[in-house]
Amino acid sequence: MTRTTSKGVISAAMLSVLASTAGAEIGDKLVVNGDLELTVEAPAPAFMADTGIKTIYSGWLFRDPDTQKIEMDDFDNPGMLYVDQGAEMWNTPAGTSNKSCADCHGDATETMAGVRATYPKWNEAAGVVRSLQGQIEFCRTEHQGAEPWKYAKAEINAMEAFISMQSRGMPVNVAIDGPAQSTWEQGREIYYTRYGQLELSCANCHEQNYDHYIRSDHLSQGQINGFPVYRLKDTQLTTASGRFVGCVRDTRAETFKADSAEFTALELYVASRGNGLSVEGVSVRH
Amino acid sequence: MTRIITLASGLLAIATMAAAEDVAPSAVSFADGGAILASLSGMPGDPANGAVVMVDRTKGNCIACHQVTAINADFPGNVGPSLDGAGDRWDESQLRGIVSNAKMTFPDTVMPSFYKNSGYIRPGAAFTGKAPEGDLPPLLTAQEVEDVVAYLATLK
Ligand code: HEC
Ligand code: HEC
Repeated sequence: MTRTTSKGVISAAMLSVLASTAGAEIGDKLVVNGDLELTVEAPAPAFMADTGIKTIYSGWLFRDPDTQKIEMDDFDNPGMLYVDQGAEMWNTPAGTSNKSCADCHGDATETMAGVRATYPKWNEAAGVVRSLQGQIEFCRTEHQGAEPWKYAKAEINAMEAFISMQSRGMPVNVAIDGPAQSTWEQGREIYYTRYGQLELSCANCHEQNYDHYIRSDHLSQGQINGFPVYRLKDTQLTTASGRFVGCVRDTRAETFKADSAEFTALELYVASRGNGLSVEGVSVRH
Repeated sequence: MTRIITLASGLLAIATMAAAEDVAPSAVSFADGGAILASLSGMPGDPANGAVVMVDRTKGNCIACHQVTAINADFPGNVGPSLDGAGDRWDESQLRGIVSNAKMTFPDTVMPSFYKNSGYIRPGAAFTGKAPEGDLPPLLTAQEVEDVVAYLATLK
């Protein structure tokens, strides 16, 4: 069992894990379906200059070869079933308007391309930063006149997966300045706050200690470019906000709700730490 | 009758004494460098139980972050240093301070404080994600801290 503690040399670390894992052929290149190479390693955004992190890494790099492999083929990736489900819902009329998403937005491969890459995003009319789920829920209730799906539940996650897929391979590029700035700052504050009886912040684990192990968990940088993720253990999709709930709960803290303003701000901040990594569409975790 | 009353109040006194022997988390005093000089429970620690507490996920779960060669646990973490030789590097009062509130010894450390029960931000009831109903107990009892300290002292 190879364990590496050398921060900032993930590629080399991964290669050594590779070398020690008989029969595994996965390393530091994420190529999907044999033809789409995703960016899993990029220079850290300028604002991270004082964090000690020079290079940002997709969570995919930190997973074992068997899990990595599943994300490399859409036929193997169970998350794709949800993408199909989302595609179907895209075209299904609902609510008092009896309209489908497609009735307003047309062909998602065109109109939704690049959307995931820029969310969470400032919404001028509402005067708030909205997460992608927040925007989906807004369309669902206000434009379709349908029942809300409820955050982080199966349907909305499938729709988020479908929309995310339309940006697969594009670099994450959320805006952190202009009207979004104060929300981004709120997210940064949350990221560095040591919550709960264990008094641990996101940064304690994912900035200071990534590439270390907490028990058997290989700590990643906690990036969300791959979200939603399909978790093999849960056999369902998890959203970024759902993951935040889990991580905060694990510090023996009272969590925020998945759809809270706090977690939307945190999602913006964490997304911005991944500016430059590829949107992965639907990734796979153990 | 008188005897019964005397006996009863005697028992009460003993019960009160037993409880009063634990130094309350809020009353712990730290010497320079973060050490705690006297036993928190007033009793010596049991190293065998200390080793159990260190592995138990619901208690110390120390091996989530630390490797200890003498404890044969699956997948120890490496967020913290190996504790091999900890009993050589630190004396008992220093170890008691580190386990109770490591931040007094290592400012800003990620290591949780195991004998403390206030001053938290959004504390939750264990791993439920919900706010606690009443006061939170410290992560370890006074005696469990003593047991862990007694075990660490054997790591030479
Ligand atoms: C006690 C340590 C700890 C703390 C504190 C913590 N996490 Fe995590 N987090 C983990 C572990 C362990 C995993 C699973 C391994 C991994 O992906 O890093 C994880 C996974 C994640 C993931 C999934 C990454 C992926 O690629 O699948 C995200 C996103 C994340 N954390 C964000 C956060 C945020 C944001 C916070 C603060 C609100 C936070 N974490 C606090 C331990 C922690
Ligand atoms: C979340 C991680 C974490 C947990 C859990 C944790 N520690 Fe630590 N511990 C650390 C780190 C990191 C250090 C190094 C001090 C620093 O931060 O500079 C440390 C330092 C120590 C030291 C001094 C190390 C030396 O030998 O010089 C001892 C002793 C110790 N821990 C014991 C324990 C015990 C006993 C427990 C459980 C009851 C525990 N730790 C739980 C992270 C942790």
